[in-house]
Amino acid sequence: MNEILYKEKLSSEVFKMIVHAPRIAEARKPGQFIILQLGGDYNERLPLTIADADPEKGTITLIFQAVGESTHHLALLNVGDYIENLLGPLGTPTEIGKYGKVVCVGGGIGVAPMHPIAKALKELGNEVKIIMGARTKDLFVMKEEMEAIADELILTTDDGSAGRKALVTEPLKELCETWKPDLVVAIGPPIMMKFCALTTKPYNVHTIVSLNTIMIDGTGMCGGCRVSVGGETKFVCVDGPEFDGHKVDWDNMLMRLGTYKPQEKENHHRCHIGLHIEEGEA
Amino acid sequence: MHTTLEELDMQAKQILAKFGDNNISIKERTTIPLQEMPAQDPAVRITNMEEVALGYSENQVKVEAMRCLQCKNKPCIQGCPVGIDIPSFIKKAAEGDFAGANAKIKESSLLPSICGRVCPQENQCQKYCTVGKMKKDVEQSVAIGRIERYVADYSREHNLDVVPSVKASTKKKVAIVGTGPASVAAAADVRREGHTVVMFEALHKAGGVLVYGIPEFRLPKKLVEREIDGLVDMGIEINKNYLVGKTRTLDDLRDKDGFDAVFVGAGAGLPKFMNIPGENLIGVFSANEYLTRSNLMKAYDQKHSLTPLFNSEKVAIFGGGNVAMDAARTAKRLGAKEVTIIYRRSEAELPARKEEVHHAKEEGINFLVLHQPHEIIGDENGFVKGVKVVTCELGEPDASGRRRPVEIEGTEQVLDFDTVVVSIGNASNPLLKQTTDGLEVNKRGNIIVNEETCETSIEGVFAGGDIVLGAATVILAMGQGRKAAKAINEYLSKK
Ligand SMILES: Cc1cc2nc3c(=O)[nH]c(=O)nc-3n(C[C@H](O)[C@H](O)[C@H](O)COP(=O)(O)OP(=O)(O)OC[C@H]3O[C@@H](n4cnc5c(N)ncnc54)[C@H](O)[C@@H]3O)c2cc1C
Ligand SMILES: Cc1cc2nc3c(=O)[nH]c(=O)nc-3n(C[C@H](O)[C@H](O)[C@H](O)COP(=O)(O)OP(=O)(O)OC[C@H]3O[C@@H](n4cnc5c(N)ncnc54)[C@H](O)[C@@H]3O)c2cc1C
Ligand code: SF4
Ligand code: FES
Repeated sequence: MNEILYKEKLSSEVFKMIVHAPRIAEARKPGQFIILQLGGDYNERLPLTIADADPEKGTITLIFQAVGESTHHLALLNVGDYIENLLGPLGTPTEIGKYGKVVCVGGGIGVAPMHPIAKALKELGNEVKIIMGARTKDLFVMKEEMEAIADELILTTDDGSAGRKALVTEPLKELCETWKPDLVVAIGPPIMMKFCALTTKPYNVHTIVSLNTIMIDGTGMCGGCRVSVGGETKFVCVDGPEFDGHKVDWDNMLMRLGTYKPQEKENHHRCHIGLHIEEGEA
Repeated sequence: MHTTLEELDMQAKQILAKFGDNNISIKERTTIPLQEMPAQDPAVRITNMEEVALGYSENQVKVEAMRCLQCKNKPCIQGCPVGIDIPSFIKKAAEGDFAGANAKIKESSLLPSICGRVCPQENQCQKYCTVGKMKKDVEQSVAIGRIERYVADYSREHNLDVVPSVKASTKKKVAIVGTGPASVAAAADVRREGHTVVMFEALHKAGGVLVYGIPEFRLPKKLVEREIDGLVDMGIEINKNYLVGKTRTLDDLRDKDGFDAVFVGAGAGLPKFMNIPGENLIGVFSANEYLTRSNLMKAYDQKHSLTPLFNSEKVAIFGGGNVAMDAARTAKRLGAKEVTIIYRRSEAELPARKEEVHHAKEEGINFLVLHQPHEIIGDENGFVKGVKVVTCELGEPDASGRRRPVEIEGTEQVLDFDTVVVSIGNASNPLLKQTTDGLEVNKRGNIIVNEETCETSIEGVFAGGDIVLGAATVILAMGQGRKAAKAINEYLSKK
């Protein structure tokens, strides 16, 4: 179970893994995620979106960015290694329907979880325009896959090394004005999702976001993942991860993500030493 | 003053020298003093996670067992949810036949080394004990739980536990959802009849609250592991990382995977919050999260664990039950300078076990009783900086028979804290109800079962433990697991 069958380095800090997990591959739907733990007493539980799945082969695809200690440990595993603990599929699937015109916004690694959703929306006959944003050209992931789905693909980079030199919110605003989408799905760093939601708000376009709060169990037992949505407390792992972006209390969610910032920085430094990764590279 | 294990053992030795061979009169028995449980020195134990109660010495257990009067009508048994033959096992312990005593307990209870540690005996067997009644003090009752713990530990340490025999295969399959005490009991009893048993556990470790909730310093995790290993030795398969309702639905287990019966022991496992302003600030945790980080994820061992801990100086614990005591004592061990339990009634109403309150006080936990939190106050970065409380007084008794706390107007004040752990209990996790057609639950979300058989509204699906009882106890969960197992075995014999 959970053997790593394929591994690819998509960019200096982003990895793709295909893992044998037949039960999860069979049950999962777009928008759902897994939680993994690399065995033993001390490893952390790590939530990752199921970027793709092949029920026939019994595999799921994970795409992750090595940002801290646990993701670095995962990145060190190779084909033939096993992920000892893999739980899923978790969360409520995306409500895929026929909306008409849809804009999908993927920021950085957020393109990976966006992929199955965009694909399913397209298959149901929606017109799908995709905006992909990254800090720089090398950090784009799954560009070909998204190109294959999109009716139009718009790229933006912070440094102008590919596509438009802009933030994703710029083309999003233009599309809201000129194309008038029926639905926007935004997945990426929390700050990007917040500003996407703020961008679409004046146009009253329903906007779905996928929240990546801190989690432990992923089954609704701890409440660590809670966020305030429309004034109510919700557990992201069971009630989400997707919510109406206009109702999320972004400031609270962003704050809560910073709960362990001081500790994480220290651990991250420690793992750079251990993994021989240049500071700044990941 | 802290009395050491050596001193307590010496005192017991002297008593043994006096009464020698256990052939003494009832009158003499009643003069033997209650044997105190040796414990780690409070000043030392708040710096480690090791077990607080060290367990009796051999001399002590013999002396304590001699305090039992071997009452003809055995009143203590009626207080035991699983009906352990208490005087019989105590008699064997007094005679030094510890393995025999353990075997006697095991006729009725599966997990004596765990129950001996965590059962609220003062509300169960010891509440009915003649000795306590004579002395008009339940704390003077025979320390049944401590004796139970000793004989169970002795048998484990000497490898005298026997793997229960399993009948020839019936080719029938039973799925067990969860691996808490209800599930452990059900699994073992169903397996004994020769049925194939497969357990499903959402987390990456088996044991339920025993591993993720109850702290190491009250229940060492190696004891739980050992019990789980015992199930594997009986030929039970344990599938971890498997969330029934998501990985596969309960219906699929029956329809696609061919399970003939299912037992649901999913526990309570949904943390309750107070619904007061500020509960989503940084530094506010549910007791489940706080304890899970420490116990399951081993965050108390920051040298090794990758799960981070929140840096706390002043911790407020909301609630006064056992969960609150566990959270408070954990906070102390994780390095908090000041830990305060905030409870709205008076000390007499604290729902926690006396022993736990006593331990908490020894460890320097503050008790702010008759205070109700109204709001958690944050700083400009969203971190907790204080708790607004209001003073209460006790009014008329409410439905629970306890006097209702009444807030006194104009007594609001803000106290400094940087961390809050909300420890007001658990409700039922709704996942199985949401994903299983026809599974009936009551208003509180607890699964409704037939009291005799533990069968749910779905034929062939049984349930027990906290998911049925609401947050209850280990022994009650285990008792229900056994009851359900009996009904499952009968159900399968007719199928
Ligand atoms: C439902 C869900 C789905 C996710 N899917 C993916 C995915 O498909 N691919 C992927 O690469 N990541 C995904 N994440 C985020 C991923 O879980 C975190 O990056 C990971 O937990 C970081 O762990 P670490 O120990 O490596 O880093 P840490 O040491 O814990 O953190 C390092 C840095 O990352 C930040 N960080 C920590 N946790 C998160 C988080 N949950 N989200 C964003 N930043 C965080 C920290 O603030 C810190 O700056 C998902 C998270 C959730 C909740
Ligand atoms: C902090 C704390 C301290 C306590 N202290 C004491 C004490 O001192 N003495 C005492 O007697 N009692 C105590 N209790 C109560 C006692 O632990 C519970 O009553 C008992 O554990 C209930 O057992 P259970 O088998 O019903 O469920 P649990 O022990 O809750 O186990 C349920 C298991 O099922 C798993 N699960 C849930 N849903 C699913 C699903 N859909 N699929 C797969 N797996 C699932 C969960 O992950 C969990 O592991 C305490 C409880 C807590 C929280
Ligand atoms: S009631 Fe007390 S004294 Fe009597 S048999 Fe039970 S434990 Fe012994
Ligand atoms: S991660 Fe624990 S409740 Fe969501």
